[in-house]
Amino acid sequence: MKVVVCIKQVPETTEVKIDPTTNTLIREGVTSIINPFDMYAIEEAIRLKERYGAKTWVITMGPPQAEEALREALSMGIEEAIHLSDKAFAGSDTWATSLVLAKAIEKLENVDLIICGKQASDGDTAQVGPGIASHLNLPQATYVRKIQEIDMERKKIYVERLLEEGYESLEITLPALITVVKEINEPRLPSLRGKIRAKKQPIPVWKHKDLGLKEEEVGLSGSPTQVVKVFSPPPREKGKIFEGDANECVEKLVKELKKFL
Amino acid sequence: MKEKGIKIIEKKCTGCGLCLKACPFGAISIINKKAIIDLEKCTLCGACKDVCKFKAIVIFKPQIVKTKNLEEYKGIWIFIEEENYKVAPVSFELLGKARELASHLNTEVVGIYLGYNLKEKIKDLFRKGADKLILIDKEELKNFIAENYANAISYLINKYKPEIFLAGATSKGRSLVSRIAVKIHTGLTADCTGLDIDKEKRLLIQTRPAFGGNIMAQIITPSFRPQMATVRHKVMKEIERGNSWGEIIEENIDESFIDKRIKFLEFIPDVSSKVNLAEANIIVSGGRGLGKKENFKLIEELASSLGAAVGASRAAVDSGWIAYSHQVGQTGRTVSPKIYIACGISGQIQHLVGMQSSKIIVAINKDPQAPIFKIANFGIVGDLFEIVPLFTKKIKEEIKK
Repeated sequence: MKVVVCIKQVPETTEVKIDPTTNTLIREGVTSIINPFDMYAIEEAIRLKERYGAKTWVITMGPPQAEEALREALSMGIEEAIHLSDKAFAGSDTWATSLVLAKAIEKLENVDLIICGKQASDGDTAQVGPGIASHLNLPQATYVRKIQEIDMERKKIYVERLLEEGYESLEITLPALITVVKEINEPRLPSLRGKIRAKKQPIPVWKHKDLGLKEEEVGLSGSPTQVVKVFSPPPREKGKIFEGDANECVEKLVKELKKFL
Repeated sequence: MKEKGIKIIEKKCTGCGLCLKACPFGAISIINKKAIIDLEKCTLCGACKDVCKFKAIVIFKPQIVKTKNLEEYKGIWIFIEEENYKVAPVSFELLGKARELASHLNTEVVGIYLGYNLKEKIKDLFRKGADKLILIDKEELKNFIAENYANAISYLINKYKPEIFLAGATSKGRSLVSRIAVKIHTGLTADCTGLDIDKEKRLLIQTRPAFGGNIMAQIITPSFRPQMATVRHKVMKEIERGNSWGEIIEENIDESFIDKRIKFLEFIPDVSSKVNLAEANIIVSGGRGLGKKENFKLIEELASSLGAAVGASRAAVDSGWIAYSHQVGQTGRTVSPKIYIACGISGQIQHLVGMQSSKIIVAINKDPQAPIFKIANFGIVGDLFEIVPLFTKKIKEEIKK
C-alpha cells in the first residue's frame, strides 16, 4: 500500500493585523509550522505504516523554506518526501494548487491513499483536498474522524466522517483521498533517531516541467480566481464590561441581551 | 511569463519601507534604500503594491485567455442542501442573498435540489426566494455522496450555464463544490462572509476572511463561469415572500452518474447535542475555567434555558470534558451565531478565530485581562460558578414573563 500525505507550511500564528493608520500588515518574527490539521494526516499515515506496512510519502508545494516542514514529517516517521517548488507556482489559488499536487501524485504512480488535513489554518478553504480528488477522478471522504479498516485484498477503506449533525460511515474503493480532522489521532513527537535520519535524507525538488505542466497552467496565470484587495476587518466596538456584585452584573447583562433575543 | 510578474521601478522607489511592513510573507528587504523582492517567497498577493505611495511596484497580471463565452452564462444558482433529509437553513439564507444579487444583475434565482422525494419539500423554497427549481429526484441521490452530486451538477451547469453558483460553506457544501469547480474548470472562493456585484462587469465580489479572520480578502473570478463560492452559515439573511410559486424543471440522470466506488453505510446522529452548533442562533461555550467535567453541567443548563447549542474551547475538549464535535476554534468548528457566550474561556487567538464573526459576544471570566474581553460586546468579570447559575435563573424568569 502506498500512502501520500499532502502538507502545507503556514505561519505559526494567524494573529496578523493591519496597522489602521498606514494600512500595512504588522508581522513580527512569525515562525512557520506544519499546518495543524496536516499533523493529523502525517500521524495517520505513520499509523497505516505500522498497521498495514504501508509505504509513506509526504509532499508539499511551497517555497524553498517549506523543506523544513517536509523534514519534520520525515522525522516523525514518514519515509520519503518530495518538494514541489518552483517560482512558477507562486500565486496559485486552490484550483492551481490542487492541479500541481495531483500531477505529483500521478508521477509517484500507484498511490492507494492520499491523506490531507481538513483545511489549512492560513487560508481555511478546505478546497485543495477535494480538488486533488477531482483532478485525479478519485473518490473522496472529507472530515474523516476514524479509519476503521483497510482491506487491501478487496481494495476497500472503511471510514467515519464528521458532519454537522452527526457522523456517517462509508465504504470506499481505493485509490481514494481522505481529509482528516483533529479527532482522528494524537500526533507523535519526532524521535531523536527520526530527526537524525530526516536531516540527512535527500529531498527531490520537482518543478512544473517535471510534472508535465506548462508555466501558464500554474501560478497566477493558472488560477481562475484573483485577489483584488486585502483589508482589515472593521474593529469591534468597545464592549460594556460589568464588575462587582454578581446579581447586579447579571441583571445588567440580561437587560442588554434582551434587545437581541 | 518569462520572468516572475512583479517588479520594483527603482527610479520611483524611495526605500520608505511601507512595502516591507505590508508583505505577509516576509519577501521584501530594503537594501541601499531600494526595495528588493525575494521571488522565492513572493506569492504575488499584491499587498505591497497597494500600500506603495510612489507607485514603484508593478505586478503583471497574466493575460488570461477567455476560454468561455461569458455572456452565455445567466442566472444565480443555489445548491439546496439537506440536513436530516430536510432543507438546511443555510440554503434559505443563500436564496435570500441571491434575490438581492439577482436584482442587481436583472436575472433569476434558481434552486438546484438533488435528493429523494423532493416534491413535498419544495414549497418553502419559492417562498424564500427561488424563481425556479431544477430537481433531480432519485433514490440513488437520497444520501449525499459528493461524487454523485458533483457529476450531476456539473452536467446541469454545462447544460444551463449559470452565471453564479453558491453553496453553504458546510461539510457537504465544501466537499461538493470544490469537485465541481475543478471538473468544469472555474474559480471557487471558500467561506465567504460578504457578496456584492460589480454591475458593469457582472462580477461577483467575494469577501472572505483569511488568517482566521484577521484579514479580509476580496476575490473575483474574472474569466471563468460560473463564479462559484461557498458562504458561511448565519451571515446572510432569509427573506419571506408570502405565497409564491415558480417553474419546476425535472431533470434525470442515468446510472453512469453514480460513482460505484463509494457506498454509504450508515448515519449516526450526534446525540450529545440537541442543537446543531453551526446552525445555532445562540451558543454557550465553556472552557478551562470550568475546572472539571462535571461542571459542564452549568453550561448545558444555561444553553438549555436559552435554546442554545453547547460549544467548548480546545482546552475543555482536550481535557475530555466534552466531545470534539463541540470544539470551536482553529482546530474545531467556525461559528457565527447571533449571540456567543464564552464562559471561563480566556480567548486565545486559536479560539477567537472560530467565533469572532459572531454578532454579539458575551464573556464571563474572572480575569479582567483575559483577551476575550477585548472582543466582547458585553462581559462580566467574576466567578463563573456564581454568575452562570444566576444567569440561567434570570433567563428562566424572563422567559416565564
